[in-house]
Amino acid sequence: MHDLVSIRDLGKKDVEAVLSEAARMEKMPPKKSGELLRGKLVSTMFFEPSTRTNMSFQAAAKRLGAKLMTFYPSVSSTAKGETLGDTIRMIDGYVDAIVLRHPYEGAARYAADLAEHPVINAGDGGNQHPTQTLLDLYTIKKLKGKISGLRVSLMGDLKHARTMRSLLYGLGMFGADVNLVSPSALRMDEEVIRETKGMFGINVSQTSDINLKGVDVLYVCRIQKERFQDKYEGEKMQKEFRVDLEALRGAPEDLAILHPLPKVEEIPPEVDSDPRAKYFEQAKNGVPVRMAVLYLASKG
Amino acid sequence: MPLMVEKISEGTVIDHIKAGAGMKVLAILSDAYPLSKMAALIMNAHSRKFGRKDIVKIEGVFLDEKIANRISLVAPSATINMIRNSKVSGKRQVKMPDTLTGILKCPNPMCITNLERAETSFLRVNDRHLRCRHCERLFSPEELA
Ligand SMILES: [Zn+2]
Repeated sequence: MHDLVSIRDLGKKDVEAVLSEAARMEKMPPKKSGELLRGKLVSTMFFEPSTRTNMSFQAAAKRLGAKLMTFYPSVSSTAKGETLGDTIRMIDGYVDAIVLRHPYEGAARYAADLAEHPVINAGDGGNQHPTQTLLDLYTIKKLKGKISGLRVSLMGDLKHARTMRSLLYGLGMFGADVNLVSPSALRMDEEVIRETKGMFGINVSQTSDINLKGVDVLYVCRIQKERFQDKYEGEKMQKEFRVDLEALRGAPEDLAILHPLPKVEEIPPEVDSDPRAKYFEQAKNGVPVRMAVLYLASKG
Repeated sequence: MPLMVEKISEGTVIDHIKAGAGMKVLAILSDAYPLSKMAALIMNAHSRKFGRKDIVKIEGVFLDEKIANRISLVAPSATINMIRNSKVSGKRQVKMPDTLTGILKCPNPMCITNLERAETSFLRVNDRHLRCRHCERLFSPEELA
């Protein structure tokens, strides 16, 4: 692996390599991991703010012993109209790897085409956020011991959430059984579902209400009420797709509830102390997964 | 009695266009070539294969690969006949290629190719869909053409 632009670039073997490397990183004492990228420079370039993702990447780079150079677009020449292409080519000359987040879709692909050093996509607008998908898969595998054959429900605004499209792809790759739960107005693009089904031959069902019977993993993302023209309808949907203790009554004891965070109203704080809530653990897994990605990409 | 359209001596006849798609083919041609060229569109001609078909003739022009690829998006069944000295000198079926590079604009306004001068590339997923190599969105051939 040289760059990490999109989950679509990875085969099952590549994903497995990242997951097993991440497991190794998680167990590795900091003294040892701190030698892996010693002497290397990593630049995080965030053209839109995402404190969590940025910190997670910085923690990963530091734990590998790399030095960080943070790029601040607001005070740099981008504000003066320099193109992304020029900026990438320049920074590529200074550092050994670039972590890029950009509001335009395909920005990481473009940057990877231009840069000689590895480019890691930390989110390109509404398109991809591959390290999120990898850490989701890592978390599921770690919690359940496998992904194949698991019953996974993806719930929320499946029309707009990029994490969900990529996750469906990743789950498909490993042969999970997927149920998509969303208001009918916020369903995932039919063609994306058809393609994933056709590619991996998995079962994908769609429903408009929560039924947690027999579900192994519930992955929740936000429903923004602003997406609905009708304000009342928006609030109603937000309530209906809320995972509170009431909704969890009767759900399997070994259910794992995941969320890409930050969460707002879709999972109230009362659920945080429920042993089935695994989203903080999931966020924590971001560090070893990003360590694995940075390390594998640097190794080439 | 059949409608008569002047025969061309040098140029291209695009035949077997699905009825109704001829205008789109003409639009691609007028976008690609300066239309001091004489062109004709025949709509709803009889066809043994399709029942009805459109035909486009353009004088003095031989299509390059990129234009033929664009035409394949709106008229996948079209055949391209090259006419020299009033005779058909070559015939081929258009074919949607596996990748279309550098000729189409991505319809997604948030695609990086619409911000920077990145060369676009679209990968054929199936007959009905192509994917932008950059923003990874799926588009129908008509949307791209
Ligand atoms: Zn695009």
